[in-house]
Amino acid sequence: MTRKTHVTATVNGDTVEYLCDPRETLLDVLRDRLNLTGAKEGCGTGDCGACSVTLDGRLVCSCLVLGVEAEGKQIETVEGLSDGDILHPLQQKFIEHAALQCGVCTPGVLVAAKSLLEKNPDPTETEVRYWLAGNLCRCTGYDKIIRAVMDTAADLREAS
Amino acid sequence: MALDEYKPQSGGAELDGERKSFDYVGTRPERPDGLDKVTGRAKFGADAHAPGMLFGAVVRSPHAHARILRIDTSKAEALDGVKAIVTRADFATGLTGEFANVLENVMAGEKALYDGHAVAAVAATSALAARDAVKLIEVEYEVLPHVTDVDAAMAPDAPVINDSYADASVPEGFNANVVRYHESGHGDVEAGFAEADMVFEDTFKTEATHQGYIEPHACLGSLGNDGKGELWCCTQGHWYAQKYCAALLGLETSQLRVTASEIGGGFGGKTTVFIEPVALALSRKANRPVKLVMSRSEVLRATGPTSSASMDIKIGFKTDGTITAAEGTFRLQGGAFPGAPMEFSAMCAFACYDLKNVRQVGYDVVANRPKQAAYRAPGAPMAAFAVESVIDMACNKMGLDPIEVRLKNAARDGSKASYGPRFDQIGMVATLEAAKAHPHYAAPLEPGQGRGVASGFWFNHGGETSVSLALSEDGTAQVSVGTPDIGGSRASMALMAAEVLGIPYENIRVTIADTATLGYNDVSHGSRVTYASGLATIKAARAAVEKLCQRAAAKWGIPEDAVKWENGCAVPSGPNAGDFDPMPLADITATMGQTGGPISGHFEATPEGAGVSFGTHIVDAEVDPETGATKIVRYTVVQDAGKAVHPTYVEGQYQGGAAQGIGWALNEEYIYGEDGRLQNTVFLDYRIPVASDLPMIDAVIVEVPNPGHPFGVRGVGETGIVPPLAAIANAVSNAAGVRLKSLPMSPPKILEALEAGGDA
Repeated sequence: MTRKTHVTATVNGDTVEYLCDPRETLLDVLRDRLNLTGAKEGCGTGDCGACSVTLDGRLVCSCLVLGVEAEGKQIETVEGLSDGDILHPLQQKFIEHAALQCGVCTPGVLVAAKSLLEKNPDPTETEVRYWLAGNLCRCTGYDKIIRAVMDTAADLREAS
Repeated sequence: MALDEYKPQSGGAELDGERKSFDYVGTRPERPDGLDKVTGRAKFGADAHAPGMLFGAVVRSPHAHARILRIDTSKAEALDGVKAIVTRADFATGLTGEFANVLENVMAGEKALYDGHAVAAVAATSALAARDAVKLIEVEYEVLPHVTDVDAAMAPDAPVINDSYADASVPEGFNANVVRYHESGHGDVEAGFAEADMVFEDTFKTEATHQGYIEPHACLGSLGNDGKGELWCCTQGHWYAQKYCAALLGLETSQLRVTASEIGGGFGGKTTVFIEPVALALSRKANRPVKLVMSRSEVLRATGPTSSASMDIKIGFKTDGTITAAEGTFRLQGGAFPGAPMEFSAMCAFACYDLKNVRQVGYDVVANRPKQAAYRAPGAPMAAFAVESVIDMACNKMGLDPIEVRLKNAARDGSKASYGPRFDQIGMVATLEAAKAHPHYAAPLEPGQGRGVASGFWFNHGGETSVSLALSEDGTAQVSVGTPDIGGSRASMALMAAEVLGIPYENIRVTIADTATLGYNDVSHGSRVTYASGLATIKAARAAVEKLCQRAAAKWGIPEDAVKWENGCAVPSGPNAGDFDPMPLADITATMGQTGGPISGHFEATPEGAGVSFGTHIVDAEVDPETGATKIVRYTVVQDAGKAVHPTYVEGQYQGGAAQGIGWALNEEYIYGEDGRLQNTVFLDYRIPVASDLPMIDAVIVEVPNPGHPFGVRGVGETGIVPPLAAIANAVSNAAGVRLKSLPMSPPKILEALEAGGDA
């Protein structure tokens, strides 16, 4: 047995501690040790983005980060998007626009889109498409996803 | 839809002709499971845990074709944390037919038949320990000659996959890899070709593509030595999973309860079982629950891609564009087992057209590849690619408009279909007229761009269906359906129930029931859910309404048939009209315990009135002659929905089908090396379309009511992938000035075609 490492990190604002094998990914830790199954494993190779989370504010594929690398870091997952029972505007717009069919890519797309809008509140359609190019969706053809993100951005700009 | 389940749909007389408008159907409310799916709360296949759970992993063959001489598990068994190892010896024996094929695919017996074929599996206390144990299982193989290409597999000297597969339909003289044969059509094609002014003939090929659902197969199984089990899995059909798992493990079907998780895409690929029987076998051996989740490379190597195809098409035309005869030969490779949907290719190929003389032939060919699984209108897209390409070549050569030529030959109400029956009320002409009228068709093209048009057909399906609807005291309703919700079907069920009951959409909760809670339900496939589960939901709601009217009649002391249901209330009618105030549903259910007991409605049947579906797509593509790269610049889908229950989700189906078609046409392919191993086993190499590859996709809904559904609904899920391969090939060929006849139209193939020259 490989010796496990003790890690302390912050997930969605809560301090968490876990023991993990050096081979375990951050995604394994989130899902299997912390019971945060919102992030999904679609590929395990950083190609599909279903496991997208932010690590100290940076958008990452959690399947490409080791659990031990999260020591002292701030992690945000889809479970932390809403403010209590108030959905994040992106979440609400995704429901309104039917920007999901099966919904398995949705957690990763939402985390990635939020990260985009924080950096660029007024993205063009092309910018949204390229930003989300790392988040595969097989159901929608992306049309309604792109519209939901653009519509959210417009609303947020109006509100600010 | 599996071949043995196909039934020609008979149309039928279910349509409620009295109905002039809808209160709920056709609106666009938020889906009932939306909140769960945007918050990460929805539980998909891999999201389940159980106390004492073990983790499974599978040992897979690295060879395309090999005899299994010996499996030594001793080193793995000695590893700390390993609790069970299973091989073929741990499954049922004596199975026949498709049960035997599925078992052979789930766990190899004497031979490994393709790269990635499962040969053993292990359960351990952690996923890492299971993965380590897999590496310690030693398998000794005798490598055999292999074949992966469809035409090569038909050659006389090709290595034979299994000499007992071929059935009596196969004519003499073929390699044993040709396992089934199909022939259909009507008229006299030779006479028809003799009448033609011009005859166009060519050969086309398509590679296998994967359904590419983002959620890998995942399950959690628990099975005791008492023969009772529980299975949680992502599946398009949990009754199918129940039936097959029970057979493969030698259980009584009813002793295995299967619960469908939320499903992260399927597109046909989750209509069968792969790891589910393995998890149950491991659980039985270890006496603990076992979770088994595939990696992406396991998904690509070992689960159902679609068939690859090789096709010959010959079509005769008069100079005005009238088709005098059409003939097609469809050779489909479906992996190492019989079942490539070549009949569907053959039967759908010319179904858009009203033809006097038509003949189609199909060959089901086996090769050393994974067992094909259904992929959205299985067999139809490749056939449409070949047929619609030839029509486009003819239009170019004869200087005719592609929509006009299609209109001239289009199948209409009452036409005799190329595959046999007479069409009822159909929407082929309506989609062509809508495409012709769409601004896209008249828009100018930029230099370097080409436009392509193509039509497509899919049968649609009914299938065994059970639905139960129960009213609650507070006047709300719960609907239990047995078809997993892949893309918003809970919303459409709730809309249809609301329409009948006359209570708000929000007051209806739709649940996907497990196998112990409802009668048998066929898989969510064949575009059947909104049609068949919808029809069953409507009939279950009507049965409840009948009881509601009876309770009101009893209370009022008038005959039952003197009460009708209007806007969610029992209303006295006929001679009693106006005698009593309307009695709302909630008033009746509030006291139902005292007036005769709970009020429910249910419906069980195999509806056979799934209306056929047609679509026409317009595509503009831009080809870079330097690199061979193609960009889709504009895309319009026109398709008949019969009646769109939730139009936003109907649009979503059209857009999704088109996007998958774009992937199939331009990028996606199974690439096998000389060694018979799959070379592109991750999403980086098996590249499905990403957001930056695609334009917005305009979705136009045409509504020609289906006589076989009370509200006129037709299935919409599959037809959307039928025209794209052809429409894109036509656009690319017209942009490049040369005809592309092989998919995918990847940059090297386009450069090769440009080099070779010729006409578009």
